[in-house]
Amino acid sequence: MSDDGIGASITRKEDRRFLVGRGTYTDDINRPHQTYAAFVRSPHAHAGIRGIDTSAAENAPGVLAVLTGKELADDGIGDLICGWLIHSRDGEPMKVGEYAVLAKDTVRFVGHHVAVVVAETLAEARDAAELVEVDYDVRPACVATATATADGQPQVHPEAPNNRAFDWELGDKAATDAAFENAHHVTKIDIVNNRLIPNAMEPRAAIGEYDFGTEDYTLYTTSQNPHVARLVLTAFVGIGAEHNMRVIAPDVGGGFGSKINIYPEETVCLWASKRVSRPVKWTGDRSESFMADTHGRDHVTTAELALDADGKMLGLRVHTYANIGAHLALFASVTPTYLHGTLFSGQYVLPAIYVNLEAVYTHTAPVDAYRGAGRPETSYIVERIAEAAARELGMDPAEFRRRNFIQPDQFPYQTPVALTYDSGDYPTILDRALALSDYASFPQRRAESEAKGKLRGIGLSCYIEACGIAPSAVIGSLGAGVGLWESAKIRFNATGNVLVYTGAHSHGQGHETTFAQVISSHLGIPVDHVEIVHGDTEKTPMGMGTYGSRSLAVGGSAIVKAAEKIVAKGTKIAAHLLEASEADIEFKDGAFTVAGTDRSKTIQEVAFAAYVPHNYPEDLEPGLEESAFYDPGNFTYPAGTHICEVEIDPETGVVEIVNFTAVDDFGTVINPMIVEGQVHGGIAQGVGQAMMENCVYDDDGALITGSYMDYCMPRAQDFPGFKVATTETPCPHNPLGVKGCGEAGAIAAPPAVMNAITDAIGTDMQMPATPLRVWQALQAKAPAMAAE
Amino acid sequence: MYAFDYHKPSSVQEAASLLASKEDATVVAGGQTLIPTLKHRLAQPTDLVDLSGVAELKGVKMDGDTLVIGAMTTHADVAADATVRSAIPALADLADGIGDAQVRNCGTIGGSVSNNDPAADYPAALLALGATVVTTNRSISADDFFTGMFDTALEPGEIVTEIRFPKPARAAYAKFPNPASRYAIVGVMVAESSGQIRVAVTGAGQDGVFRATEIEQALAGTFSADAAKAVKVSPDTMSADIHASADYRAHLVSVMASRAVAACS
Amino acid sequence: MAVSVSLTVNGRSVSREVEPRSLLVEFLREDLGLTGTHVGCDTSQCGACVVHIDGKSVKACTMLAAQADGSSVLTIEGLAPNPEDLHPMQAAFRDNHGLQCGFCTPGMIMSAVDLLQHNADPSEQEVREWLEGNICRCTGYHNIVKAVLDAAGRMRGQQQAAE
Repeated sequence: MSDDGIGASITRKEDRRFLVGRGTYTDDINRPHQTYAAFVRSPHAHAGIRGIDTSAAENAPGVLAVLTGKELADDGIGDLICGWLIHSRDGEPMKVGEYAVLAKDTVRFVGHHVAVVVAETLAEARDAAELVEVDYDVRPACVATATATADGQPQVHPEAPNNRAFDWELGDKAATDAAFENAHHVTKIDIVNNRLIPNAMEPRAAIGEYDFGTEDYTLYTTSQNPHVARLVLTAFVGIGAEHNMRVIAPDVGGGFGSKINIYPEETVCLWASKRVSRPVKWTGDRSESFMADTHGRDHVTTAELALDADGKMLGLRVHTYANIGAHLALFASVTPTYLHGTLFSGQYVLPAIYVNLEAVYTHTAPVDAYRGAGRPETSYIVERIAEAAARELGMDPAEFRRRNFIQPDQFPYQTPVALTYDSGDYPTILDRALALSDYASFPQRRAESEAKGKLRGIGLSCYIEACGIAPSAVIGSLGAGVGLWESAKIRFNATGNVLVYTGAHSHGQGHETTFAQVISSHLGIPVDHVEIVHGDTEKTPMGMGTYGSRSLAVGGSAIVKAAEKIVAKGTKIAAHLLEASEADIEFKDGAFTVAGTDRSKTIQEVAFAAYVPHNYPEDLEPGLEESAFYDPGNFTYPAGTHICEVEIDPETGVVEIVNFTAVDDFGTVINPMIVEGQVHGGIAQGVGQAMMENCVYDDDGALITGSYMDYCMPRAQDFPGFKVATTETPCPHNPLGVKGCGEAGAIAAPPAVMNAITDAIGTDMQMPATPLRVWQALQAKAPAMAAE
Repeated sequence: MYAFDYHKPSSVQEAASLLASKEDATVVAGGQTLIPTLKHRLAQPTDLVDLSGVAELKGVKMDGDTLVIGAMTTHADVAADATVRSAIPALADLADGIGDAQVRNCGTIGGSVSNNDPAADYPAALLALGATVVTTNRSISADDFFTGMFDTALEPGEIVTEIRFPKPARAAYAKFPNPASRYAIVGVMVAESSGQIRVAVTGAGQDGVFRATEIEQALAGTFSADAAKAVKVSPDTMSADIHASADYRAHLVSVMASRAVAACS
Repeated sequence: MAVSVSLTVNGRSVSREVEPRSLLVEFLREDLGLTGTHVGCDTSQCGACVVHIDGKSVKACTMLAAQADGSSVLTIEGLAPNPEDLHPMQAAFRDNHGLQCGFCTPGMIMSAVDLLQHNADPSEQEVREWLEGNICRCTGYHNIVKAVLDAAGRMRGQQQAAE
């Protein structure tokens, strides 16, 4: 039995290159004779383009080309796309506005790409970009989410009257309305899910390279999904063809959803490389990331929960405006719909649910998936309203939740919003979390804080998410433009070591280690003898990439399927070598053994025989290499309870997180160390949303939070250490029993933090709970208290 | 960045003549504000005159009861300096809280003072401690030196050479950082020197650093944290942004002043 | 007008002509090919570019190459004494899972090494405060802090063993 397989907290195989500064990120790559691109971006949120004068820029030192939307059109380059067609509740398909690679006659957000300068050096490109003169006809902008559909608002796209991209619903409206009519109590809350900027630490970058000899394109890019990028760029945008394009996403410095979309910059680099006959490199600076990477969240919601006299949930009614920005980006339509509305049952028996969501265009950067993508917005609503209801009913919030939990014997559990939860044990998770956080003695700690003049609060969040996206037939019926299976290829070398090619992409998740541990357990090959290959369309089989906590549940399952094929073929070879019947061969711990004997061949010996087939079955192909594609049968359903405890200085409004406990059920855990790391990072992003991060545009659509000077990134001193634990109910429908762990923290933490803060201050407030806002909430409450 | 020429003089005199002879020359005194400004193309000097090679501008010494800090002394050096720590510990603490460790290793007191960022820490120290700014031309009292946001009494070509701090009886600095930039939203330096109490506030005012005279008067009556906290500061002259309203800043001035007073004892 | 710079980088003497507006980080990455030093922001806050100049940590994105003339620069590539080895800080980051995507890691490590030069036995709080100038989006800092404390222990152990 290998000791580095499933369940072992081994250190990561990929770490060494990063630790010694030998990672290869896109900006670390330089191609012979490369040129540099600098973009001319709109300083206005909304303007017509009367004309673009490129003459001064063209004559500037080092400039090779100044290109605009006109040249794109001349070359027949199409628009960028949204990959998921949503239908409104009246049956109409969503209204898709223009998503041009370079603006045609209108700019629709600050940072919108208007032109590009390609020059010999980056400094020359930037110098010349300043010389491009754009004649703008500046127009009023539509910025605010909640009022975007109002009459008289500036229109973002002529295709979408009242800026409404779609008006979507899910659930049974009549049954839900009936539940409210019969309710003993109704809890109602207003929620703003603040807009976030993903801020992966590596800014996006691209190098496009056209080879006039082979007539092939190569794109080096910061992508979470290189095959999808190739598909979109060739089949939809119209650059080259799939078999003539290679997309390489080398080491990628974090994604969090912002590197899913196919953007103008990489498209332009590819296209321009043919125009200037040389590689074209672009590396975004952080300011460009702030302006033009896809943003996240930005929902404005009203939610109502109907309850009976015993505190049981009867019905949930939700209306949301979701801001999608100026363009429908690649996943922008599914994020606030099927990744969001389908989870409103939470961990609860909630018989009637109705959700209505209006997606609105505004003159702001496109909004798309950001860690959790739709699910944090759901859990924030469900867990904030659950907490509010418990407080209104005078019940302990933990007890209130326990009373409403789906019980372990109710799985599989069909919710009223389309999903069938496959497995879970929510009461056990809650109990573990309560014990770990010392929930019972909280009143004592609160008293101690009060004695110091501080406010103390505790908040729970019992979240569920749907991961492992997704069964292809199901998502196809819901409007997806692709399937979301995953691929794997296992190649044994003659010397017995192994290469595994995966369609998933690692940008921090640790696939090179976790996937190798799967191989170790399933094939008995030590992790050190396994190399995981990803991120290159020319090396790996077609794959759908990494997002939605899908890589292990879907990509890992594909690896298991391929491993099963390896064992099946290896059994044939071993039977021949051992002069036994195939039926008598058992495979265990890397060895094929004749059952009941000590006669065996190691898998390495079998691999050698496969490549040096001197003594080999007559009817069997040489070689030991197998591929598999895995299409999941269902989503997976990680769930957990996070508990946050805060202490607040009422004088300044400063919130200190004094305790953060997370207990999660991710099914089978392959590498506990990596899983814990994923949870830590998710919590930090969730706490960031709850307490610090906020993307702010002014009324004219100017981005106020355009740098780290104003957009508050969580730092080390903002956190305590986290208490993290797991429970395990294996996923019943994938071969590893895994559920997915990458997004849990970001989904769970915001409601836990806000429930704790509102518990401490005794009044409601919206995220982010900055010192200013907490102080203001306390000030607003103070006169009311005096009047009581 | 726009293109420029770079000079690294080895004496103040050489630096001054470079500044005088170039069309639009700017001093680099650590560069922790200037370089990001240049990167964003918000300034376009023809020449940069880097003072880091001027040895005479670095170092700390006592001149009687006056602490003298050379303009090119880094924040890290001020924070770690035994002479500063012994003479005015509050100043060492303030320096230790500027920016982050890497900024403190490069940024200098002369650069900070000359830039007079309305949210910088040093201006509050100079004003509260009644410091004197010594330049290539003259000595300027802190009261006259800071003339508004990013504005000082410095004439074109004039270089700050040292800052002279009279040793106070007691002093302390309390800072409420901006959660994003970590500059001061409100920073209050309270100092008592020869019987006089001075309270200087950075980060909060629309015109940059200022003296909170109401708090000074209250503390002259009773030097206590409660006395400072009881003062209602007017929000009228306070700046406002997404991180702090004028009301909040005004409130924090009293709170931070009270915390500085508490730290004085 | 180009300026000539001569400096020592990871123990090797280097002389080049550079544009005055060339940043130290650009010089390291583009001229010397030392791409372990990263650029993650343009406001001197993220710390992905931290290197040591004459033993002190600085942000290489906020210094001109010309300003580094005559100095001794240490980058992540030169931190371990031999290419096969890891510095105790690097080893502690590996053993404590103090990195995920790896992009902030070089700057984080160079900053943490400087901390231990000042304070060989920092508390958890001191580590968290020191890292104000280094932003990580992946780890929630939990394991980074653990790694720095672990490295401090290892380095004190080495120190004692040497004495």
